[in-house]
Amino acid sequence: MMSEPVLEVRHLSKKFGKNTVLRDIDFSVSPGDVTTVIGASGSGKSTLLRCINLLETPTSGDIVFHGESVLQPGFNVSSYRAKVGMVFQSFNLFNNMTVLENCMIGMTKVLKRDQAAAREKALYFLDKVGMGPFINAKPKQISGGQKQRVAIARALCMEPEVLLFDEPTSALDPQMVGEVLEVMRILASEGSTMVIVTHEMAFARDVSSHVVYMADGVICEEGSSEEIFVHPRNDSTREFLKRFIHS
Amino acid sequence: MSLPSDFWGRIVFLFEQYGSSYLKGAGTTLVIAVVSTFFGCVIGFIVGIVQTIPVGKRDKLPKRIFFRIVNIILKIYVELFRGTPMMVQAMFIYYGAAQVLGLRMNMWAAALFIVSINTGAYMAETVRGGILSIDIGQTEGAKAIGMTHFQTMMYVVFPQVLRNILPQIGNNLIINIKDTCVLSVIGTVELFFASKSVAGTYYTFFESMTIAMAIYLVMTVTASKLLFWWEKKLDGPEEYDLATTDTLMFTSGMVNFPDRRNPEEEGE
Repeated sequence: MMSEPVLEVRHLSKKFGKNTVLRDIDFSVSPGDVTTVIGASGSGKSTLLRCINLLETPTSGDIVFHGESVLQPGFNVSSYRAKVGMVFQSFNLFNNMTVLENCMIGMTKVLKRDQAAAREKALYFLDKVGMGPFINAKPKQISGGQKQRVAIARALCMEPEVLLFDEPTSALDPQMVGEVLEVMRILASEGSTMVIVTHEMAFARDVSSHVVYMADGVICEEGSSEEIFVHPRNDSTREFLKRFIHS
Repeated sequence: MSLPSDFWGRIVFLFEQYGSSYLKGAGTTLVIAVVSTFFGCVIGFIVGIVQTIPVGKRDKLPKRIFFRIVNIILKIYVELFRGTPMMVQAMFIYYGAAQVLGLRMNMWAAALFIVSINTGAYMAETVRGGILSIDIGQTEGAKAIGMTHFQTMMYVVFPQVLRNILPQIGNNLIINIKDTCVLSVIGTVELFFASKSVAGTYYTFFESMTIAMAIYLVMTVTASKLLFWWEKKLDGPEEYDLATTDTLMFTSGMVNFPDRRNPEEEGE
């Protein structure tokens, strides 16, 4: 990729007390990249994603968005987050709002769009994820897969430059996993810039332009989908993927 | 006019003679309770929200010191008013202000002030608890779409907290309806004061207090019914309308998305 990276993670480390969760993480995301982060549970994948969105404050290192450090004092964190969408494992839809309101609130309150424009855009994206009929439902009235699709629509409504997915299918049953991954495949094929933490190896293999394999808080190996999934060089990568390939 | 000899007769007699005193007293009680509960909630929400503003290492030092001091003051306020009897506070404030500061407080102002500030101390803790009980994911979801702390509170956390603590607000209202009776020590003519005066006139404590209890009960039961109705209203309808026919449940992955290319050709 020759284009300027949107997002660069530089020598990022994160400690919780004495426990080092991330050590010297270094990678960058260019426009249109689909980066998947794979690795065992507890390897720091989610923490990495949460650091990128500043839900966790990194202990050291830097995160650079369009050439500007997001950790510098006085940086407008809210407007940065509005440009970097996030989809959570546990959906995190607003319980006090309907599906439609969930998608509109960010546009009306953060982007200051007017109601009509926000509604139109929300309906467009809800339709796109196949949740058009459910606009009047409250989050507790729909299934997990449906919630996640709404959460994706909510993130898309902000028209983010980068979309972060934190194990979006881990809380879902196999049938619902399919419907969510389907939506994500569409987004990937349309050229959205995404960073995806996932345990869905087949999915990661298919959609990734870049794969990062993490273990114990460090990046063990990274490369193209083929490099990681077909010709892994690192022993621990091979060991980790063996389980998925044969199951 | 002589007092009837039977219990019910005396009750009817008292009510005929002094009905307006009772009702005026009940009115005073209700006004103080409702207004003070309202202001108490406002105080509680403000204190509760200020106490839960996240101040971290990323913030500048003056801001951290400011919030540290504010939080200490608020803690003292909560502990002081929660930890001492309202009756003592009433005398302390009303007569204390007169003696020490030479300030003759208006009886109504004093009554509303005392009950509000008391309710506020309790509500502060209730609101704080209510905010802490909201799943952290709600806040993270809001932050992730770029909401500020204030927006997150206003549009996401606050409405859910209000719904969750509504039973506690109801509790406070009921407690306030009953506890305004301690204001009789500063001369507030509320229901208890009125009933006691009537009882003293004819030495009919049993009857007069029966009337008082009946009126208190009517007020508290009505209050709890109204609040329950409000809770139900906030919950909204249990069903929702589908915008079109529900066909999506069975067609996952078959929805007609435009422009599908082979994802493997993407990327490099």
